[in-house]
Parts: sequence; C-alpha cells; structure tokens
Amino acid sequence: MSQLLHSVLEPAGPQAERIYTLWVVTCWISIGVFVVVAFATAAAVVRGCRNHRQRLTAGPSEMAISTAVALAIVVTSGILFVLLGASVSTGQALNALGEPGAVSIAITGHQWWWEIAYEDALPSRRVTTANEIHIPVGRPVVFKMSSHDVIHSFWVPSLHGKRDLIPGMSSAIWLQADRPGRYRGQCAEFCGLQHAHMAFEVVAESDDEFDRWLDAQRHPAEQPNSEQERRGEAVFVTGRCAMCHRVRGTPAYGSIGPELTHVASRRMLAAGTLPNSRGHLAGWVVDPQTVKPGTAMPPTPLTPDDLQDLIAYLEVLR
Amino acid sequence: MRMRSTPLLVAIWCAAAATMNACDAGERYRAAAEATGGDPARGQAAIQTYGCDTCHVIPGVATAKSLVGPPLNAIAARTYVAGVVVNTPENMESWIQHPRAIDARTAMPDTGVTEIDARDITAYLYTLR
Repeated sequence: MSQLLHSVLEPAGPQAERIYTLWVVTCWISIGVFVVVAFATAAAVVRGCRNHRQRLTAGPSEMAISTAVALAIVVTSGILFVLLGASVSTGQALNALGEPGAVSIAITGHQWWWEIAYEDALPSRRVTTANEIHIPVGRPVVFKMSSHDVIHSFWVPSLHGKRDLIPGMSSAIWLQADRPGRYRGQCAEFCGLQHAHMAFEVVAESDDEFDRWLDAQRHPAEQPNSEQERRGEAVFVTGRCAMCHRVRGTPAYGSIGPELTHVASRRMLAAGTLPNSRGHLAGWVVDPQTVKPGTAMPPTPLTPDDLQDLIAYLEVLR
Repeated sequence: MRMRSTPLLVAIWCAAAATMNACDAGERYRAAAEATGGDPARGQAAIQTYGCDTCHVIPGVATAKSLVGPPLNAIAARTYVAGVVVNTPENMESWIQHPRAIDARTAMPDTGVTEIDARDITAYLYTLR
C-alpha cells in the first residue's frame, strides 16, 4: 500500500491494461521488423562480397526487383493497417464511458497543483480537496477536466493514458482501478517553471474505506482543542493564509490556493513536492519560494511564536 | 611527448585527489560516529524524512538549500548550538528533538524526531567540519 506505483508497464486497471497490450503488440512487431531488416542487410552484405570476389557484375533481373519491392510494400502496409486497427479499437474501448453509477470527479489544473472536486446532486455534499484523489476499487470513475490557466495534462501511468486539460474547454476521461494501492500521477504537458513539481496521488481503496474517507472530507474542519491550536487558528484566519486558502467551518474563505480543510490527512504537500511532516510544513509555510520557485504562494515571515502555533493548528486539520 | 603525458598526469592527480578525499570522508564519518554513537549515513537520510532540509542548507543533502534557518556547513566546528548551548553531541541531540525546551523563542519546530534518529542526525552533522 505504501509502494507508489508509477509505470505504464504495471497496469492496475482495464484501461491501462489495454494500453499495455497495445504497447506489447507494437513492441513485438517492431522487434520482428528489426530482425527481418537486420537479416536482409546481413544477407545483402554477404552476397555483395561474394559477387565482388567472383567478379560478377550482373544483378538480379528487373522482374525480381519489382516483385521484391511490391512484396515489401504490401507487407509493410499490412502491418501498419494491423497497428492502426489495434490503435483505433483501443481508443474506442478507452472512450466508452462507464455506467451511470460512476463516481464523478472534476479536476481543475492550476500552476502548479490540482484542484479536485467530488460532485454530488446536493451542493452540501460536494467535496473539494487538492492533490490527493481517492477512488473506490472496481468502480468506474469519470474525471471531468478543465484548466484554470495554461494547458496541463492528467496522467496516472498505472491507470490510464494522458488527457489534456485545456483552458476554456472541458474534456473527460474514465478509468477504473482493479487493485487497491497508491498510484502516482504527474502533469504530462509542460506548463511552466514548476511543471515537474505538479504531481498528485490516486489512492484506490475498498468501497467502505472510500465512503468513510468521502464522509470525513464532507465534514467541516476539526476544532482546535489546546490554547496553542486556538492561537494558530487565529494566525491562519486573521493573517495572510486566509487570503488564498479555504478552511471550511472557519472564516478563511480564500480560493486562490488549495483547500486546506483536511490538509493534515494528505500524505504530501505542495503537489507531491514534500512529505507532509512537521518540519517540511514549517519550512514550506515560511519559505515556499526556495522549495518551489515561482509558486503563487509568497514567503510568510511569521514570528517564531506564530509559526509554532500555526503548525500546531494545521496538524489539527485531519 | 610532453603534450601527450599531460592528460595522463591530470588523470592520475584527479584519481589520487579523489581517493584522498574519499579516505578523508571515511575518516570523518568514523570520527563522527565515534563521537556521537550514531550512524551518519542513516542520519543523512533522516534529515530528509523530518524536513530539516526544507529550512537549512546542509552540505551533502541535495534538497537542503533554504535559508529559513542558519546554514549548517561546518556545524561540527561551531562553538554553540543555536547560539545558546555549548556544541556537544548531547546538546545537539536535545536541540534537534526539543528546540523550544532549550530556547523558548526559537522558530524551529519540534519535528517529532525520535531519540535514535536525533543521534543519527547529530552523527551526520558532526561529519560537517
């Protein structure tokens, strides 16, 4: 479960499986073509040497050459048609949308993080989070994509191919995970300075675990308990953090940065850039520009006391 | 002839320098392990686990390039830890585990470092002379 999977060659769902099969077919055909070409080249060299030694000047007849060229063209076109057919059938299978019971998740790309919204007919049951996507194993999931700024691309190699997030356009992709696990995803379209630090994780878990997680995410933020945590909440709500971040259940209602209502429940910080531990969190809050130069988050030179209190409060947000 | 042997000499000099450097590093690691009772190699990894690297410049840790806290180059040769206690392995360990217990005004948070990990991190820091 803790092993992060990030490989096209280790498919964990039907879509990735099909892509993997197509890859294997293409690979074997390419190997076959390579072997044939290598043998033909070797044969030509050997025959050329022999002809040279025996001082033969007459080559094969025109007829033989024409036949060979025609045969090569037919075989090559045949192989290309087979590949084209396989590619089209894979594409069609991947595009077939899942049954209505699918989980529907809206993904919005930002420079450089992922906004994730679980849709629901009841607005109060919608959930917004960031950079960590939970999905139930064995159930189709529809991702509806859009972008807030530039073109990004959503890619979880172990679960599916890439799908672009294009500003002003919406697109969709559906996938399914057949095995529980953590799958790493990555932006696959160069989107600026921190493109490489725009990762996310897909956590595939059983229906029960998924429902419990979603339910927990629907709740507003945990209340601070200790005096220090209460001071930390005040730092958050009255300071700069609240200008960009939202913590449901508090007056912090910013919408420029990721929602932090349950930030302590996530495994990573800053879109897969840092592990979510106390030390990393403190350093990230104070000086994000060194960790991820160019990120929209400005340095926040808090007083040492405020920093300690704020970190204590952020850890409450499970 | 002279032209030809120059690259060879340079190569031999580099190899010798690298070997001496490696020996020197091995010696520093041994000395640090002896002084602290910790494992410098494990400490080097623990630095990234606890996030020391997100606030300090630490030689030998690629991700450690931030200036939130003081740079830790030559930390083993410094007289004081955090400017408040004498730089001994014991004080360094306590500081890493509970900085606020030593200096209540520090911005450095208690990052939940275990005793063994604090010893290993101290061991690594003591290789930095």
